[in-house]
Amino acid sequence: MLELAAGQGGMPDWLWNFILAALKATGVLAFAMASAGLLTWVERKVAARIQRRRGPEVVGGPWGVLQPLADGVKLFAKEDVMPRAVDRWVWALAPSVIFFPVIMVFLVIPLDPKFGALRDLNIALVYLAAVTSFTVLGIFMAGWGSNNKYSLIGAMRAIAMIVSYEIPLVLSVVGVVLAAGSLSLVDIVEAQDEMWFIIPQFLGFVVFYIASLAELNRTPFDLVTGESEIVMGYLTEYSGIRAGLMIFSEYIGLLATSLVAASLFLGGWHGPFGTDSVVWLLLKAFFLVFVAMWIRWTLPRLRIDQVMNLGWKFLLPVSIANVVLTGAWIMVR
Amino acid sequence: MAQEQLFMEGAVEKREPIPENVERQTMELNLGPQHPSTHGVFRAILTLEGETVVDVEPVIGYLHRNHEKIYETMQYPQIIPMTDRTDYLAPLTSELAYVLCVEKALGIEVPERGRILRIIFNEFQRILSHQLYAATFGMDIGAFTPFLYVFRDREKALDLMDRATGARLLFNYFRIGGLRNDVNEAWLEDFRAWIDNFEREGWPEYVRLLFENEIFRVRTKDIAVLPPDVAMAYGASGPVLRASGVRWDLRKAHPYLGYEEFDFDVPVGEKGDCYDRCMVRVMEMKESVRIIRQALDRLPDGPVLGKVPRGVMKLPKGDYYQTVDAPRGETGCYIVSDGGATPYRVKWRSPAFVHLQLLPYLCRGTKVADFIAILATLDPVFGEVDR
Repeated sequence: MLELAAGQGGMPDWLWNFILAALKATGVLAFAMASAGLLTWVERKVAARIQRRRGPEVVGGPWGVLQPLADGVKLFAKEDVMPRAVDRWVWALAPSVIFFPVIMVFLVIPLDPKFGALRDLNIALVYLAAVTSFTVLGIFMAGWGSNNKYSLIGAMRAIAMIVSYEIPLVLSVVGVVLAAGSLSLVDIVEAQDEMWFIIPQFLGFVVFYIASLAELNRTPFDLVTGESEIVMGYLTEYSGIRAGLMIFSEYIGLLATSLVAASLFLGGWHGPFGTDSVVWLLLKAFFLVFVAMWIRWTLPRLRIDQVMNLGWKFLLPVSIANVVLTGAWIMVR
Repeated sequence: MAQEQLFMEGAVEKREPIPENVERQTMELNLGPQHPSTHGVFRAILTLEGETVVDVEPVIGYLHRNHEKIYETMQYPQIIPMTDRTDYLAPLTSELAYVLCVEKALGIEVPERGRILRIIFNEFQRILSHQLYAATFGMDIGAFTPFLYVFRDREKALDLMDRATGARLLFNYFRIGGLRNDVNEAWLEDFRAWIDNFEREGWPEYVRLLFENEIFRVRTKDIAVLPPDVAMAYGASGPVLRASGVRWDLRKAHPYLGYEEFDFDVPVGEKGDCYDRCMVRVMEMKESVRIIRQALDRLPDGPVLGKVPRGVMKLPKGDYYQTVDAPRGETGCYIVSDGGATPYRVKWRSPAFVHLQLLPYLCRGTKVADFIAILATLDPVFGEVDR
């Protein structure tokens, strides 16, 4: 990318930057959409495997890999239903407000040793915390704008959960930041050259993973859309491509969080025998995605007060202890 | 409703006192009749304060098909397939209550093979019903996978039922005086294999997958405790009553079909919370397997249908009542006859209908998610509640 930038010819700087930004944005969007599509298929296949079924097989290609495409076409072709009672603007904007913050996570993820991240921010982790907590606004817009009590309860649960789990999530990362001495994800990955942070920061990893499952609204914390209680939560009044977009953003969020977790704790692009590349990052991230799916199709759902208790009374003290221990360890060393 | 009344028994105990100057508001949530987990068409009007259930008003009647009145226009043998449609997840027990009642009125003897087969099918039906209970309870608390493991076994069981009775769900199998048809040796062999497989693999698998799960335990333990005296006061029966620690089983207390010849235990719970109500049903499946094994061992040869009076069947004038211990509790069939070819009046005593009135008592002070779990532990079938 740098060589390209050097050979830009007679183009003015601002135009070149604009084109570069547009290219990056398109690339991220395409990657995110494609992988979310893939993940819906993977989820179905994993679920089928766990439930001793075969999953999608009929639509196109071997093992039904074209299923997400068929789903997408179906969702696009559906009538765009807007219930009469909704708060039009709030309701219609919510899917986008949920969708874009998740996409923005991809910007700072370190992809490759040579290339670095799309944008190597020196405060990447602060940026991540800011961007991901934006999603809750979209969820509340959806829940409030739908003018439906199930949606409202779902949104209330989402806010309670995301706000509570944001704290242990951020605190669990502090240990990594202390160990690496930087807030930049690229620096953090480079600091894991000799040892992945999952070994010294195991507590941090556990807290991070549990808290991100809660942030992502995955089982056992899927009570935001717990279909046996509140139908579909904030998604209840959405259909067609709007619902599709929101479900897609959940999958993109799952992948994005797994990529972040892989970068923070599993060494990012580092592989054995000097084979460092983006492939390793993706492998690790997909493994974490698989674990999330495995959990989802095995466990029942917790209740809202139990989720709150877990967050405030267990994860928060553990993550604080982790910060203290890491600090003490650095002092002693 | 006045503000003080909104926070009744259970609700008050579990909350911190709210300061005087805080304004409280409740929200009414109309849950159902179209809802993923109301086990059919049930509507509950929940009064919520945040997530806390302040009050519940069960609304039933969406599946009312006028069963009891229709029976008055039908001859006695014609009613049997109708009884299937009351408790459609355990049709054979409703059939059993009805045919036993008519047999009692007419003094019809059932041949030995028919009687033992009735026990086998009745207990098989109990296993199937409780299996489905385990499956749907898992779904209600968010675990989807156990459902499919149950359906693996249930599918084979329904095939067995299909081979024996000709139907997979509404069997129409019991007749006044015995059974519609005998089962053959090949069927009995496959049935034994199913029972063996269920006891060795299926049952332990459900327990490991769902009932031993830690999240399952925290979701159900100490939720909606039903003390034995309250359970009896509300007229609870079956697993709901037994979970509260009352050892009351009609198969032991008022034996019918000769259940007294069989050796089996009546599992009871300790506290009467959601967990006990689940585990009682799980343990009952084991006991049913025990009964089935004993019954298979003593299955004699001979006819399955006894001698029934020829011509139009008429019950002597009077009223007749028979209860059986159905998977959901005490199912009773009450027939009043004026001596004609059709009953003068038939009344079903359906356990789930009685259990539904426990809902407000059990749900006050719990969370919305608990409400779904509590409803599921009462195991209502709305075909039977509304009839």
